[in-house]
Amino acid sequence: MSRRSRIALKTGVWAVGLWPLGFLLWRAWAGSLTANPISFVTNTLGDWTLRLLLASLGMTPLRILFGWSWPVSLRRLLGLFAFACAALHFSVWVVLDHFFDWGTMGADIVKRPYITVGMLALTLLVPLAITSTAGMVRRLGARAWRRLHALVYAIGVLAALHYLWLAKKGVQDPYWYAMVLVLLLGVRLWDRARRLAGRRRRPPLVAPALVVEPPRGSRSRL
Amino acid sequence: MLIKRGGGFTSSEITDHRLYLGRRAFMAGAAALVLAPGGAPAAAPPAGQALTAQRNAALSLSEPPTTVESATTYNNFYEFGVNKEDPARLAGSLRPRPWSVQMDGLVAKPQRLDIEEILRLAPLEERVYALRCVEGWSMVIPWIGYPLAALLKRVEPTSQARFVELTTLLDPEQFPGQRKGLFNLGSLDWPYVEGLRLDEAMHPLTLLTVGMYGQVLPNQNGAPVRVVIPWKYGFKSAKSIVRIRLVAEQPKTAWEKAAPQEYGFYSNVNPAVDHPRWSQATERRIGEFRRRKTLPFNGHADQVASLYSGMDLKKQY
Ligand code: HEM
Repeated sequence: MSRRSRIALKTGVWAVGLWPLGFLLWRAWAGSLTANPISFVTNTLGDWTLRLLLASLGMTPLRILFGWSWPVSLRRLLGLFAFACAALHFSVWVVLDHFFDWGTMGADIVKRPYITVGMLALTLLVPLAITSTAGMVRRLGARAWRRLHALVYAIGVLAALHYLWLAKKGVQDPYWYAMVLVLLLGVRLWDRARRLAGRRRRPPLVAPALVVEPPRGSRSRL
Repeated sequence: MLIKRGGGFTSSEITDHRLYLGRRAFMAGAAALVLAPGGAPAAAPPAGQALTAQRNAALSLSEPPTTVESATTYNNFYEFGVNKEDPARLAGSLRPRPWSVQMDGLVAKPQRLDIEEILRLAPLEERVYALRCVEGWSMVIPWIGYPLAALLKRVEPTSQARFVELTTLLDPEQFPGQRKGLFNLGSLDWPYVEGLRLDEAMHPLTLLTVGMYGQVLPNQNGAPVRVVIPWKYGFKSAKSIVRIRLVAEQPKTAWEKAAPQEYGFYSNVNPAVDHPRWSQATERRIGEFRRRKTLPFNGHADQVASLYSGMDLKKQY
């Protein structure tokens, strides 16, 4: 892919990642954060956290299905924007919603399953964000790094549960998001099963060192 | 009671309205009134019509009301859609005229009452109540109506009648939220049914409501007739009512059917009983920044707690 298209793609991701903040600032400026601004801001940021998280989880399936290599180069940026959004979403809860009422918040984390899983998802995102740099990949070694970053699957599931459990009856969006997550994880499972089957079918005399990866690029899992 | 059709505000009324209405909303409302031809056709939706009533100060909160803009744009009214902005956006499809309410069940005088008759049945009064939503927010709203008891007495409940069942209009044409969706995942079982014990329904605080903020009820707030029970979570206050039935057995309400462990029949505002998914100890008053403590029975404990003496309100939530 040309340098120019790479730059265009990255610019696109920056635009998407900054959109939620821009959108909220615009609505604040226009005075249209609804009658319940704190709830509106919380929900907007929650929605975008989930969207960006799913977008980042969607890059590898694009490679698997279409053989493209460029999506994977956007994965990290999308993941970092998801983390930033989650951090803001959480900060709004702490500062605007509960105004540092640690007792109440602590009780909520323990007692409310949707808060518990949300908190867990955010906490697990922290080590992934910290180890997202190329230097960190080198320091950890590719294998350990990949294993650590497999946590993102758990984070996806926790995030989907968070939404399913907080939504009132009749609200359908969480089911759609959960369905997208299942699809994105399903493509990976299917791909892995396919590769395992392929390997098993190889003639036994081929030395293990020669069993190289299938032609489609790296195996990193994010 | 006086229903004005177009024009004709006295200056004192205008001052009154200005207190409630945001300036923009006021200007829009005033323009609509001025532009409306005198004597609108009978089938026209009457939203925006002025409706005057004396305030019942003894039964009213002294807090300033929430802005009318908030109260008419941030609504839970699933018949229009599950999002808060859906009702205001889609309310145009509801036709509050002609309208009638079927009154039947265990009564001596079953009858169908036309909305115009209901409006004239008893003197209208204004009551400023706090509306506490089960989701943890609240508004202060000046409602207009009269005690539901006045209407119930007219049909003479028999001695077997112990509960009142309230049913909202079922019409997917007028209520887009009642149409079947793609998967129809988990929507409510229409029509919306609510219920009260007869003594709750007869309580003087329980208001049969036809207006708010000095005007006829807007569609998104439950036009043309709803109830308001100020000591219960908002969803108990059924909107756009077409049937009131007196029964012997406790009615199965729409939210009880949808999620019985979350929404009980009584659903009295109670800071000590959490919703399974969130605490009810505090609430955010729309327009305020910090949460405030939620009061037992939404501040009406001295008036209604006696209705529940001997009951375990943690079990009968
Ligand atoms: C990866 C982490 C997270 C994701 C993906 C996420 C996602 C979401 C989503 C999609 C919503 C619903 C938005 C809507 O209704 O339109 C939401 C709401 C919410 N989230 Fe999160 N969230 C995360 C973490 C957290 C954390 C850590 C907390 C607090 C400890 C939290 C607290 C809330 C609250 C209070 C709401 C609003 C609930 C309500 O309105 O009843 N979330 N979140």
